[in-house]
Amino acid sequence: MSTTMAPERTTQSPTLGSGMRRYLERVRGGDMGALPAVFGLVVLCVVFASLRPAFLTPINFANLFTQGAQITVIAMGLVFVLLIGEIDLSAGFASGVCAAVLAVTLTNQGLPWYVATVAAIITGVVIGTVLGTLVAKVGIPSFVVTLAAFLAFQGVVLLLVSGGTNISIRDEVILAIANRNLPPALSWALFALGVAGYAGLQLLRAYRRRQHGLPADPLSVIALRVGALVVIAGLAVYILNLERSRNALIVSLKGVPVVVPLIVLLLILWTFVLRHTAFGRHIYAVGGNAEAARRAGINVDRIKISAFVICSTMAAIGGIIAASRGASVDPNTGGSNVLLWAVGAAVIGGTSLFGGKGRVMDAVLGGAVIAVIDNGMGLMGYSSGVKYIVTGAVLLLAAGVDAISRKRAAASGLR
Amino acid sequence: MSSTSKESSPRPTEPRSAGAGEPDATQPILELRGINKSFGPVQVLHDVAFSARAGEVTALVGDNGAGKSTLVKCIGGIYTIDRGDYLFEGKPVHVSSPRDASALGIEIVYQDLALCDNLDIVQNMFLGRERKSGLVLDEDTMERMAAKTLEGLSVRTVKSIRQQVSSLSGGQRQTVAIAKAVLWNSKVVILDEPTAALGVAQTAQVLELVRRLADNGLAVVLISHNMNDVFAVSDRIAALYLGRMAAQVKASDVTHAQVVELITSGRSGDLGLTNGNGVTTEGKEAS
Repeated sequence: MSTTMAPERTTQSPTLGSGMRRYLERVRGGDMGALPAVFGLVVLCVVFASLRPAFLTPINFANLFTQGAQITVIAMGLVFVLLIGEIDLSAGFASGVCAAVLAVTLTNQGLPWYVATVAAIITGVVIGTVLGTLVAKVGIPSFVVTLAAFLAFQGVVLLLVSGGTNISIRDEVILAIANRNLPPALSWALFALGVAGYAGLQLLRAYRRRQHGLPADPLSVIALRVGALVVIAGLAVYILNLERSRNALIVSLKGVPVVVPLIVLLLILWTFVLRHTAFGRHIYAVGGNAEAARRAGINVDRIKISAFVICSTMAAIGGIIAASRGASVDPNTGGSNVLLWAVGAAVIGGTSLFGGKGRVMDAVLGGAVIAVIDNGMGLMGYSSGVKYIVTGAVLLLAAGVDAISRKRAAASGLR
Repeated sequence: MSSTSKESSPRPTEPRSAGAGEPDATQPILELRGINKSFGPVQVLHDVAFSARAGEVTALVGDNGAGKSTLVKCIGGIYTIDRGDYLFEGKPVHVSSPRDASALGIEIVYQDLALCDNLDIVQNMFLGRERKSGLVLDEDTMERMAAKTLEGLSVRTVKSIRQQVSSLSGGQRQTVAIAKAVLWNSKVVILDEPTAALGVAQTAQVLELVRRLADNGLAVVLISHNMNDVFAVSDRIAALYLGRMAAQVKASDVTHAQVVELITSGRSGDLGLTNGNGVTTEGKEAS
């Protein structure tokens, strides 16, 4: 009987070839990861670029980032809630409430920007704590809790901005987030720092694993990853550093928008939390098998509440970005299709609606797809009726891909 | 699961008498005396005595409702005992929560395994007890420890310890669950029906692993319905009958048929419960 046992565990390091083969196997098995998002992004860009040449101009490229920023940030927060297998339908209007709090403290009360920002973020934390407690401790399904909150927050925004008027924002610092650019030199410096940091971390990790006698990524794979980052990020920085003002003599418009480093920073922060801390591990565990997590001594309720807090806090940051971009807050900030776009972004990126699977990077990739769709449809001059229909269709498509890939994965025994 | 071909297969190398030669001299690492447990008016355990020794596999058998699960949950601290002595390494201890039990070195592998499908083997083995350096997870140390534990159990059936648990077979999952239990220098490992859902070859692998745990010096308690499995690996057999311990005997001293009699009627020849068939009026309620 022991002669028919499976082969020895592999202890030698994987090579580039074997890594590729494993990846292909995973994709065929239904674990497509970011593939649909990347594929969708390429197809959409090609379609819009061929239909509307304006799509490819540097100014439109910069617009994509500021347009997609709010949704991407909210989607990053939603990833946490989706990971534990719950949903937050109120994230859109939560960002609206926080933006309204920001506007009221900033403009109506005349407080400095940092006080207003802190007030908005605390509002997000409080909202998340309340929602999370209702879901985890009281046991109301998250769908119902956040649907109720969705309606209630809509009302809260109306009350805060007192009945349908809008509050304009004139604070320079807040406005800078979505409307100002970094100087080109600083953009390149940050790019170099980012690439060097990424490469350094990858090499250090591989070196440590070799030292400990564990299988490590080969240099070729690391070089490939770093190379991809250099090409994609370098190209983006290059294009953003081109002059995109119609008349450069009057006002020069070039450099990376301030929101971009902000999003990168949030991406690094939350990726670190999810992948390299016990808290992140426990989020995955609760999403994968809450009962197993409970038996392992993990405080499941605390993890659930934290996920909602992170989601609403990120919604608050999204709200600040929206307020900055619109230079005002009105009752529709964070309303209409913001939430659906955000959920769509997370799911298109590869985060599962069934919990336990997803990365923060998914939100960024999905957010890029959403931004391209939104921007491209704007350029094509479609009415808002068409836009709503497309929003719904995209969300449904993403959820469909998620469900089908999950089925395939179950059939192939991967997940 | 009742295939008779298995009787010879699971333990090809070690003789069954691995620890049975001198065990009466050694003190049991886990000993329960006169354990009583009731749920409201229903008394489930009546003066149950039970012991497990290091280096031995003790099979805990009994029909459905005999009180096996209750007894195990009492040992594991999920239920507190109403009356009776709980001795660990000869000293009386008070176990009132699962945390107390694992602090003593008692680990229970439940039937449903409680693994997270979306995590890999290492992540599952360390779930809730992650090694950290500062704030950051110490993946390298965890991976090495997990690899060492699996090697110590001579587990060669998994390709990579970084593969997701969802991609493992039933036997491999059982192996991971058992490895998770022994990772913590545990002294007593209780396995609840580890072979219940497994095929013939996988059952053999798991039973081999069970035997190896005992040979590594652990006290193993094996709950099973399958007499072939029980006789294949265990040194001692404890039979529960309607909440009473019918007998705890050496596996080499009894036959297959005797154990079945103990399970179904509480007695077999001179063995087992003495007062009639062991049923009192309150005993009937307990079933």
